[in-house]
Amino acid sequence: MASETTAAEGSSLVFHPMDQFIVKPLFGDGAIAWYTPTNVTLWLFLAIAAVFALLVLSTSKRAIVPTRMQSVAELAYGFVYKMLEDICGKDGVKYFPYVMTLFMFIVCANFLGLIPTSFTTTSHFAVTIPLALAVFLTVTILGFVKNGAAFLGLFWVSSAPLALRPVLAIIELISYFVRPVSHSIRLAGNVMAGHAVIKVFAGFAAIAVISPVSVLAITAMYGLEVLVAFIQAYVFTILTCVYLKDALHPSH
Amino acid sequence: MATEPISEEVVGTCVDSHGSAIGMPQLCFDWFPNQVFWLVITLVVIFLVLSRVALPRIAAILAERQGTITNDLAAAEDLKAKAVEAEEAYNKALADARAEAQRIAAEARAEIQSGLDDAIALADAEIAAKAAESEKAIADIRASALDSIQVVAKDTAAELVTALGGEADADAVSGAVDAQMKG
Repeated sequence: MASETTAAEGSSLVFHPMDQFIVKPLFGDGAIAWYTPTNVTLWLFLAIAAVFALLVLSTSKRAIVPTRMQSVAELAYGFVYKMLEDICGKDGVKYFPYVMTLFMFIVCANFLGLIPTSFTTTSHFAVTIPLALAVFLTVTILGFVKNGAAFLGLFWVSSAPLALRPVLAIIELISYFVRPVSHSIRLAGNVMAGHAVIKVFAGFAAIAVISPVSVLAITAMYGLEVLVAFIQAYVFTILTCVYLKDALHPSH
Repeated sequence: MATEPISEEVVGTCVDSHGSAIGMPQLCFDWFPNQVFWLVITLVVIFLVLSRVALPRIAAILAERQGTITNDLAAAEDLKAKAVEAEEAYNKALADARAEAQRIAAEARAEIQSGLDDAIALADAEIAAKAAESEKAIADIRASALDSIQVVAKDTAAELVTALGGEADADAVSGAVDAQMKG
């Protein structure tokens, strides 16, 4: 297989697994300024449309006995609501629209990204870092507003022996500031890796001998990506809830 | 990764002249402002749609459904209680009817019994009267038979006496027959 690959690479087999992530202007091909409508814009707006269709259009009939799509909307609502309530308690419920926005955006963007030839917005750090930073800033500000200086108790592990506490405080502080990094890179990394791997397998499909294997591998990866698309949205949301809980109840 | 020959600054620092990515497009900071700008718009729009329209509506639907379910359950509970009540009433009516039927049957039986008793008593009395009458008749017949026998005996005795050549004294014969018959 390796010899075939190297042989083919000379002729037509070229891998560009990262080309799918290139940002292009929608109209013309000039430079990309901050306001230029790009493929990012298109797929972000499609995510809005998906969220709108899923949560607003499907519930327009307000049926007591729900239609299929309304059930999905209610399921998504109940899923995130219960998650938030279980983790943050009753006083976390007022941040539900915020958490729901994050979940619905990520889940829709992830699944839109699974459409072949689409652009996956959540595979970009430029998208996930603002999301994670927003959560980080919200949680930090909320923590200080709600608890004042007591929020710093988050870093002062009162259940540990006194001698250990300063060390633990440093570790806790570092882990606190690493949160937005891991939070954002986890999402973008997972989504990007899966898409890139699918693209690599797709490159191998050009070789007739191994193309069946390649197609099978793409199918399997796609299945895995469907799982990842949901699980990463879930993980992002549940971590948001956990961070929110820290802000609302900072004691360990 | 795309390892095409890099021709600088034709399309940008992130894309080479063939339109392929240089390194990771994710790390192309030229595009960051654009992506962040549209992301913020997207998030604001989604947030407004959710918090203004979608979430209150879904919450209302869920609450309404919960209310309907609660009401229906209560109604079902009511109906069940009513059914139990109706069954009790039915059972009671059944028991009443059965008691009534028994009472009527007993009454009828008593009535029939008393009628029967009367008839029996009447029949007994009649039978007794008839028996007494018959007894009297029998006694009469017996008495008249005895008299007839006496007459026949006297006549026979007188005839016998006459046949034997004697002179039949009526009184003597009669006395002799009486004495014989008493004997």
